[in-house]
Amino acid sequence: MEQTLDNKQAELKTFIDGFRDKEHFESYLIAVLHKAQEIHGYLKKDVMDDIAREMNIPTSHIWGVATFYHYFNLKPIGKYKISICLGTACYVKGAERILNAVKKELGIEMGDTTPDELFTLQITRCLGACGLAPVAMINDKIHGELTAEKMVDILRKYRKAAMAEAAEKAKEQQ
Amino acid sequence: METIAEKKMINVTVNNKPYKVGGNQTIMQALDEVGFRIPRLCYHPKLSIEGACRVCIVEVEGMRNYVASCAFPILEGMKIRTDSNDVRRARRDIVELILDNHPEDCHVCERDGNCELQRLAYSMGIRKRHFVGEKKHYEKDLSSPSVIRDPNKCILCGRCVRMCAEIQKVSALRYAHRGFHTVVMPAYNMPFSESVCTACGQCISVCPTASFVEKGNCMELFDKLTNPDIIKIVQIAPSVRASIGEAFNLDPGRAMEGEMAATLRKLGFDYVFDTQFSADLTIMEEASEFLDRLQGKGKLPMITSCSSAWMKCMEQFYPDLIDNVSTCKSPMSMMGSLIKTHFAAKNNMDPKKIFTVAVMCCTAKKYEAQRPELQVDEMNPTDMVITTREIAWMIKCAGIDFLRIKPEKFDTPLGVSSGAGVIFGVTGGVMEAALRTAYELYTGETLMDIEMNDLRGFKGIKEGKVVMDGKEIRIAVAHGLGNANEVLEVVRKEPDRYHFVEIMGCPGGCIGGGGQPYANSNSEPLNEACLKKRAEALYGLDRTRTIRRSHENPDVQRIYKEFLGRPLSALSHKILHTHYKAKEPRGIISKETKVR
Repeated sequence: MEQTLDNKQAELKTFIDGFRDKEHFESYLIAVLHKAQEIHGYLKKDVMDDIAREMNIPTSHIWGVATFYHYFNLKPIGKYKISICLGTACYVKGAERILNAVKKELGIEMGDTTPDELFTLQITRCLGACGLAPVAMINDKIHGELTAEKMVDILRKYRKAAMAEAAEKAKEQQ
Repeated sequence: METIAEKKMINVTVNNKPYKVGGNQTIMQALDEVGFRIPRLCYHPKLSIEGACRVCIVEVEGMRNYVASCAFPILEGMKIRTDSNDVRRARRDIVELILDNHPEDCHVCERDGNCELQRLAYSMGIRKRHFVGEKKHYEKDLSSPSVIRDPNKCILCGRCVRMCAEIQKVSALRYAHRGFHTVVMPAYNMPFSESVCTACGQCISVCPTASFVEKGNCMELFDKLTNPDIIKIVQIAPSVRASIGEAFNLDPGRAMEGEMAATLRKLGFDYVFDTQFSADLTIMEEASEFLDRLQGKGKLPMITSCSSAWMKCMEQFYPDLIDNVSTCKSPMSMMGSLIKTHFAAKNNMDPKKIFTVAVMCCTAKKYEAQRPELQVDEMNPTDMVITTREIAWMIKCAGIDFLRIKPEKFDTPLGVSSGAGVIFGVTGGVMEAALRTAYELYTGETLMDIEMNDLRGFKGIKEGKVVMDGKEIRIAVAHGLGNANEVLEVVRKEPDRYHFVEIMGCPGGCIGGGGQPYANSNSEPLNEACLKKRAEALYGLDRTRTIRRSHENPDVQRIYKEFLGRPLSALSHKILHTHYKAKEPRGIISKETKVR
């Protein structure tokens, strides 16, 4: 469901208000940043500014926390978030080849998003699916026993699906 | 403060010898008490304990690992070793590992000879290097007119972060990212000039290396001084004369007023004026403005406006109090404004050919100098600001024998000052000076007891009362932006509590400014004993002046007669006053950090 910006702001404010009476209100910052990312997809500067004002926490501190944890995205992320596992088992089974294949196919580097905002490439440590190594996660779905060719096929399928979806939408609007 | 006698005494062994030390403190503090001084780096007595650098480790019997003495409590019966070969070697290795990720460019570094890391490396006995590893490479942030941030020299001790958050409550700086990639930076890695940084320069004061230094103007100034086509005019702030000796290895507390006048002349300035003259002028304007406000013309409490770091802080953190702030420009800007108008006209000079330099204890003054709000006839009153540290370097570079120079007098007509102008440099001084004059203007009588002890000393917030013609005037004085915050919160809640508030951006006032000489090897930054001696130097100058009240300064009287008319005249307003505006980004003060 797409929300307007005002709705998004209001939702975050309600979430913050829920902690206001708690002891050490400031310590709920990480929870608030999680929520903000859930609502906006990533942590934008003006959202962090809002949080700073609402929670009375200096922006430099919020920036410190947001950059410390890899979980937080500081740039917009694509429709599909690819997390390549570089944990020990996957690494041994050739995860680096998978990673390079993705970089080559999409033409982006680690942490970047494709210009069409479809894919974001990230790495992750162990997803707990070592039996299927090497694995990658695209949004919430795990893809296992990958090879470079298999990975490229999967990416193309996602792209095809996205394009079909967009075409469908365009047709509806006409 | 708790004295040793009040602490419960406990028995410990240090290097096999028994000692009685106060309990309820850290191992480091206890060892300091009995004559040890464990090497240290991230520790600072005025800041919270970080325990980041591990340089201060000691051996404690029964503990598996070395203990960071700055962060561990001393306990009854503790057996401590500070001197074993193992612990010394471990400390050396720790410092060597810090050096390993630090540029090896000491001989071309701004802080060569003044660097804590350099001193530490020497005293740890690092004579050859055992480790070689990756080094970091970041861009310097040159955006601010006051402070340069160079993350390559940063060793992540965090003293700047704690200074900015705990003492100044500005929180412009914080650690960002993690591990090897950790960098101290403003929010969003934005340029310093666009952050909430107030340019106070206290990060420079506490930085052990050259990760923070002032934006230097020395070479440019040397160029100007050799240019025969311009008229070079300099002014010098009170607190510079109170501290400059330290840069030449003299003990703190030497007042070098005439020496500075002579030196500046030798450096090549055509006119050497004194900021204390324009401090007297500020008092005339500010005291008159206060009395106007007291009679209902304007908001109370009136808050002083001399400190440039405080002005930027006010615009970002307290825009609601703008109407409370005095419209007077700072003494530095008043001086520049007068030079380029009255002085130029009187001497048939083209003001465009005048180059005004201000020697200040302050890095924020570099920011103030380029503020458009302060211009007169579309000219900046001050063309260049250099700090105490910079002028000390220039004196050395130019080969002037500062320690044996014969004192000279400042030039007229902008060089004579009263004792009131002198004490501007120390916290409480502006208030004291203003009251000496306001009292007389209001009551028509002379204030006899002019040394106001309530307003002196280094308590974070000082309060006092003066009765003028039966009217009680309540005043407050705060130094350091953190203390200022506490007073301003009171002003917001109880607007009637005070009539007059003095705020200085730096701890101790200007004598503790961010442009003052670095702490030497026997001291630490912001050392209170040192600040006290600098203050005493200024109070001493005040005591020996025949004229101690601004309105009695004959040259100030003359300038009103010849040029300005009277305080707060239309001409005064045009040249000596200004108005400030709210600024983005809005600063945020965390309730979490407490000021000590």
